[in-house]
Amino acid sequence: MSGGPGSSASSAAGIRTSKEHELRIVRQPLPRHDQAEKIAGTTRYAGDLAFASMLHARLVRSPVPSAAITRRDPAAALAVPGVVCVLFGEDVPHNLIWVDVPGQTVEVAALKASMEVLATGLVRFHGEPVALVVAETEDALAEACDLVEVDYQELPAVFDPGEALAGDAPAVHGQGNLLGEWRIDTGDVRAAFEGADVVVEGSYQTQTVDHAYLEPEAGVGWLDDEGVLNLRVATQVVEHYRDVARILGIPEARVRVIAPYVGGGFGGKEDMTVEPYLALAVWRTRRPVRMQWTRQESLLARPKRHRMRLRYRTAARRDGTILGQDIDITADSGAYAYLSALVLLYSSVHACGPYRVGNVAVRARCAYTNNPPTSAFRGFGGMQVVFGYEAQMDLLARELGIPAADIRKRNALARGDLLPVGQAIETEVLLAETIDAVLGRAGVKPAPSGPRKAVGRGIACNMQSYGRLVWLNDSAAAWVGFQLDGSLSIRCGVPDIGGGQASSLGQIASEVLGVPMDRITVHFGDSALTPLAGTTTATRQLLMSGNAVYEASVLLRDAILAAVAAETGQPAAGLRLDTGQITGPDVAVTLPEALVSCRRRNVPIEALGTFFGPKGTPVARDLRAGRVFPDFTFGTHLCDAEVDLDTGRVELLRYVAAHDAGRAINLRSVEGQISGGAAQGLGMALLEEVVVSEGVNLTGGFFQYLIPTATDLPDIEAIVLESGEGMGPFGARGIGEPPIGPPAAAVASAIHDALGARPTVLPITPERVLACAGQPDEPGTSR
Amino acid sequence: MNITITLTVNGRRISRSAGGHFTLLRWLRELADVTDPKYGCGEGICGACAVLVDDVPVSSCLVLAAQVDGSSITTAAGLAEPDGSLGPLQRAFHEHHAAQCGFCTPGMLIAAAAMTADGRPRSRAEIRAGLHGNLCRCTGYGPIVDAVEAAQKTAHHAGTPVSSAAAADHGTAAGAADHGTAAGAADHGTAAGAASRGAGR
Repeated sequence: MSGGPGSSASSAAGIRTSKEHELRIVRQPLPRHDQAEKIAGTTRYAGDLAFASMLHARLVRSPVPSAAITRRDPAAALAVPGVVCVLFGEDVPHNLIWVDVPGQTVEVAALKASMEVLATGLVRFHGEPVALVVAETEDALAEACDLVEVDYQELPAVFDPGEALAGDAPAVHGQGNLLGEWRIDTGDVRAAFEGADVVVEGSYQTQTVDHAYLEPEAGVGWLDDEGVLNLRVATQVVEHYRDVARILGIPEARVRVIAPYVGGGFGGKEDMTVEPYLALAVWRTRRPVRMQWTRQESLLARPKRHRMRLRYRTAARRDGTILGQDIDITADSGAYAYLSALVLLYSSVHACGPYRVGNVAVRARCAYTNNPPTSAFRGFGGMQVVFGYEAQMDLLARELGIPAADIRKRNALARGDLLPVGQAIETEVLLAETIDAVLGRAGVKPAPSGPRKAVGRGIACNMQSYGRLVWLNDSAAAWVGFQLDGSLSIRCGVPDIGGGQASSLGQIASEVLGVPMDRITVHFGDSALTPLAGTTTATRQLLMSGNAVYEASVLLRDAILAAVAAETGQPAAGLRLDTGQITGPDVAVTLPEALVSCRRRNVPIEALGTFFGPKGTPVARDLRAGRVFPDFTFGTHLCDAEVDLDTGRVELLRYVAAHDAGRAINLRSVEGQISGGAAQGLGMALLEEVVVSEGVNLTGGFFQYLIPTATDLPDIEAIVLESGEGMGPFGARGIGEPPIGPPAAAVASAIHDALGARPTVLPITPERVLACAGQPDEPGTSR
Repeated sequence: MNITITLTVNGRRISRSAGGHFTLLRWLRELADVTDPKYGCGEGICGACAVLVDDVPVSSCLVLAAQVDGSSITTAAGLAEPDGSLGPLQRAFHEHHAAQCGFCTPGMLIAAAAMTADGRPRSRAEIRAGLHGNLCRCTGYGPIVDAVEAAQKTAHHAGTPVSSAAAADHGTAAGAADHGTAAGAADHGTAAGAASRGAGR
């Protein structure tokens, strides 16, 4: 054990400083170690592993959004040859999945919501699991699932979050539909508005979005020789083994979750997907079982991004200084709580964006409805609000005749500023530098390609937290050990969901220990055999497991240098661990020789590092929390777009995205996160929407849910700034979520520039572009 | 009723008995343990299951195995060198960081192989059009376009096609439809791909 200190300040000491010229491996745009196998086609994803005599499992789901289950009969399904069992909720040892959200003081003291693993009495959304069928073959399974008889008596339902919060709406869970509420009241908002030179107002709507990772939810489960239930699943969270144990009523030590390389997560594999069902099927049959959700199932029933209604009023001085903001947020949580209350907390804390605003009122509410549930998605509530606060910045800029870049720089947060929630910004903010970077790269705005075309340029800035909420006592552990030949093994429970999470750990250890990447193996994502590193969510893994690997590597390096110092009689301070050897003024020892010295002197050639995140106290509904997050990442995107004035079609001509990544552990991976996040955000801007009508999810497949293709996007130009100011190893900031924030606002801003009118509803379809073209900005209220 | 279907997969002759309703994708993955073609949607939209059937790019989720009995199938793994090391196109993907989660990658490689088979250099816009039938959610496509562009340049200098796929005129929309919607890999296949994704694209 490192005995890592519990406070961030001391844990991070020595890690924060990194001088570029001293770095050997970090910052290099090295090909990630996992790429070769992926490109060779040999990587075995969750759905690629098979056992002989493996069974197959599939869910029967509710065809209606709100109903009482009046009859269930498995007889016809069981009669299909090859069917092994049909399970209902009564067959689940503990048929509940719990969600705990501390700090919610609304309907219940602290929100303790739950949902059934398999619904027994009521179904609350279209697609809710009702029965689990297990069969010898996929064919038998398909036939049997159609033959499970379930009768439903439809019940009154509510589909609009605003209506759900009205007094007379049907209660989705029997006691009002207010699932979560947060308030911020900072300064004197009324006085700020009364003293303002100008006030601008806007209402904005974001839509329901699907993660649409290419790999649908899948996994294989089996019982091993110790009687341990193994689940090898596509997940962002191996710690769900605890939830599985609770559902089955068995010790946590009897469940193991393995996350192989995941085919994309984006938050959609943060909550459990196949895990409880696979576990049940294995536990019941005692045989290996595979579960593969179809794309259509994934689109139908897995939690989505919250659609939100945002209402902003912004007060400012004539010189562009923002005096106050009054913000109201309403989000659709769908039928079950999942992580909605926390998503909304993120929206509240991020509601003013990367700007200094002294007087702020935020009221944020999320409501149960009978729509598909909503939960985690890259950006996690911190990204929908960008569409609101950046629209307000553009409105102010236009009203006051101040360039869009200038008004943002004038109000940009700086080190030492307080967020409305009370958290101080502790690190250097390069927001202005990201603005200059995108403008510098983009040069002159292009001319329209024809007479009925208009070209606009938009920019949008954002901030997004990295690391988990500070009262969650976050920690990550990693084990780093030399082999006798000087090669290196790393064990860390991090799930690698495609962002290079495992490869980055290798690069960090390589930097400290001088071992080339091709002599390092990273074992990852195994709840039984790798030290737990927590979830690959919340842009936390580089901060958490990165620092854990860094700590372990430093411990190991220092132990080896101390052993060599003792062996040679030289002071350890003068020794250096280079590639394959320890050198000093009068010392040249090969690494294998040094490792022998360690063993002779009872010095371990392995180390466990545990990193503890910054601590804080839990929040109450009224947010005066002080610190909520470890830190934030800042960035600016620029979009040049051409609008066809006859059709409303928007063509993206140029897209530039700059973020301060603190320190790029792998430059290519950071650029990949930026361009990929921007692309996903551009899909939300222009194309994507999960269409739900009266609770019925009409988005039945990829032929209807349109994510961007290669022809929908321009080359996305990523610019990586490195302040060295982050809390991760070598001063890195998290970069996974931040780039998805600005695109929708940047596109709207470009259209605003082209037309003098702004689309305020997502996605920005041609119809909406034409509609807004006829409605130029209303003037702000000047005082 | 089961049928014995024989396919030559990446140069290896494989016979398996399967139901007549088995798609080529299921036949490969469930019966032949060829798992690099991925199930992504089952609709012929995402392209993750793309393979070459006698050098024609095909969404293997839309083709019945029985329809292509006797054919030669190339998957992404089949683009490797005979000694198992990465082939030229694969090396370009590696050098240009074209895989993140990697799930779309086998299909992307097939699309790229089909596109570059004729050795004709393509513009970035043409490359994008050629990749239009394959979805990626991680990269934003830029690195994949970079990889294809670099691979065709290298091949142009060397005077050899990037992949071994034949430069046949496989790309007519009708021809693509015969094989199930093509993976959109062929230049002209994009028309079919676009149509299947609805209007306004």
